[in-house]
Amino acid sequence: MANIMYWEAIQRAHDEEMARDPLVICMGEDIGVAGGTYKATKGLYEKYGPLRVMDTPISEGGFTGLAVGASFLGVRPIVEIMSVNFAWLAMDQMFNSAAKVRYMSGGQLTAPCVFRSAGGAAHQLGAQHSARMEKVFMGIAGLRVVTPSNPKQAYGLLKSAIRCDDPVFINEHELMYNMKGEVPDGEYFHPLEGSDIARAGTDVTLFGYNISVHWCLKAAEILDKQYGISAEVVDLYSLSPLDRAGIKASVSKTHRAVIAEEDEAPVGVGSEVIAIINEECFFELDAAPVRVHSALVPQPYNHTLEKAAIPDHEDVVKAVLKLFGKA
Amino acid sequence: MKIEDKKRVLREMVLHRRFEERCYQAYIERKIGGFLHLYPGQEACCNGVMEAARPGHDYVITGYRDHVHAIKCGADPKEVMAELYGKETGSSKGRGGSMHIFDAGKRFMGGYALVGGPFPLAAGIAKAIQLKGGDEIAICFLGDAANNQGTFHETMNMAALWKLPVLFVCENNLYGIGTSIERSTAVIHQHKRVAAYNIPADECDGQDLEVVYEHARKAVDHVRAGNGPFFLELMTYRYRGHSMSDSRGYRTREEEELWKQRDPIFILRDRLIKEGATTMAEFETLEKETDAYIENEVIKFAEESPEPRVEDLEKYVFADRETQLPWLTGKAA
Ligand SMILES: Cc1ncc(C[n+]2csc(CCOP(=O)(O)OP(=O)(O)O)c2C)c(N)n1
Ligand SMILES: [Mg+2]
Repeated sequence: MANIMYWEAIQRAHDEEMARDPLVICMGEDIGVAGGTYKATKGLYEKYGPLRVMDTPISEGGFTGLAVGASFLGVRPIVEIMSVNFAWLAMDQMFNSAAKVRYMSGGQLTAPCVFRSAGGAAHQLGAQHSARMEKVFMGIAGLRVVTPSNPKQAYGLLKSAIRCDDPVFINEHELMYNMKGEVPDGEYFHPLEGSDIARAGTDVTLFGYNISVHWCLKAAEILDKQYGISAEVVDLYSLSPLDRAGIKASVSKTHRAVIAEEDEAPVGVGSEVIAIINEECFFELDAAPVRVHSALVPQPYNHTLEKAAIPDHEDVVKAVLKLFGKA
Repeated sequence: MKIEDKKRVLREMVLHRRFEERCYQAYIERKIGGFLHLYPGQEACCNGVMEAARPGHDYVITGYRDHVHAIKCGADPKEVMAELYGKETGSSKGRGGSMHIFDAGKRFMGGYALVGGPFPLAAGIAKAIQLKGGDEIAICFLGDAANNQGTFHETMNMAALWKLPVLFVCENNLYGIGTSIERSTAVIHQHKRVAAYNIPADECDGQDLEVVYEHARKAVDHVRAGNGPFFLELMTYRYRGHSMSDSRGYRTREEEELWKQRDPIFILRDRLIKEGATTMAEFETLEKETDAYIENEVIKFAEESPEPRVEDLEKYVFADRETQLPWLTGKAA
């Protein structure tokens, strides 16, 4: 086990897959000569050259479409969209071309592309650089959406996404690239479907994904130490499809659920998880599930306002206490 | 072009024309649903370019006016018609419809319904060819109005920058639905627009098969020789409305008549008659035979084919699950 950073894990997955298969290529803005905004493609340009490590013009729709077209012929492009906010410009090609081509061609063409992007709010980047957009991607038929909460997942999910014949969107996080964690030394493929139990517990399930898994873990610690509440933390690394069986199993055990998301509430991960709970195990519930989420505002620049807009572990703790009638 | 080739293409163009006219009828009879964009008037464009290229070897991609391009690449007209009928035997198994004809085996990479969407896809196909080192080229057929999308500019820039083997064919029929080109576009001559990206370009009459062929040959040779992209503009006209619910109030009957005097099939037919290669009687027989083939084989096949099964509604959303299990479950060797 190596203790490496999230960005290093992503870089390693690229490197291994590109060394194995000459049809694996990567592209994006500043990923080559400059080494990548988040260093996720560091050193690859020197190793694999400009034909396979493509510094693109600032044309998100254009180069995403180019990647999709190349994938029709068996090329496996890994597209980096510098910030998820810019992915709006690429969505036409992701949704209308990549996600639909297999279906509308009756299975003849397939788009085995990987789209990676830095999601999440960092620090004071303002309204147009702080969007969380996972809710937009997870409602698209034909597109898989995964979101790594640690370096092991970042490495293993990218490896599996490259190999999988379906298009996969990987939602990373601006604040997590320097997070350290254990990654297996040998090759490792993380499942693209399912969920992980990040911490086992008995009294309440805290559902999180990506950065909110860490809020949940911290909250679970506090709940255990200060309030004697045993919280289970479920890591929903796959947002599409969501793990119905995993959600049902955990809620059937704890009978209470809190969903923590960095995204705004409407039409989001929380609403979707609650709908699944309703459909799968409504009568297991001892209390109505609760969502912890961002305020529905364009992200403010001001530090205090920004903090007020984005939830954290304290909000998760509060939500649980409320659920237990302790607040 | 050689006489035999011209005679063969005349047969094909008659098939393309009659196929489309039969689609019109089937639509009126409600056998075909959705949007239906027909090609009559523009046949020399697709035929001239593809005669200069290698159908089935070169990759072709286009918009929603796609039936003829698919057939020209080698798709079976029966399967294309069955697709329009929404049948399981259709080229896209009834999941695509008129705007989404595909025949990957014939390297017809599909019809797409977002105006301008295929530009970057074509460049991507060319990128894949470049990586794999083949002698194929990518050919992207789109309309004039598509050039007002951002994808046009983004793609021209990338194609030129990376010297991708892609031929852009602009079938300039002077309209985008009901908006004439001078009302939508600051530059009427589309080939001038790619000069900004250092892409060589050419423009010619799109009604005369041989003219298209001669210009396309140079364009195809340029791209195949590894010189990067080329842009070919063909001046043409669609006889019918944009789709089916179009009463053509935005243009005059006189204008339509003028263009019909330059009908691509008649131009070729009359030339072949003049060259002594065919006769009017032979042409009339050809039309009858074509109609009989369409009725007795193409329509019959579409009519008699089964519908897709409702149980298969979700088939083709994702790759076949069994084959993907190692990555879905993480249980790779
Ligand atoms: C992105 C997008 N915008 C609008 C439309 C509606 N639409 C369909 S075809 C068309 C006109 C396109 O004209 P042109 O590119 O010249 O092709 P033609 O139909 O003349 O062959 C429009 C506006 C669409 N399908 N996609
Ligand atoms: Mg037009």
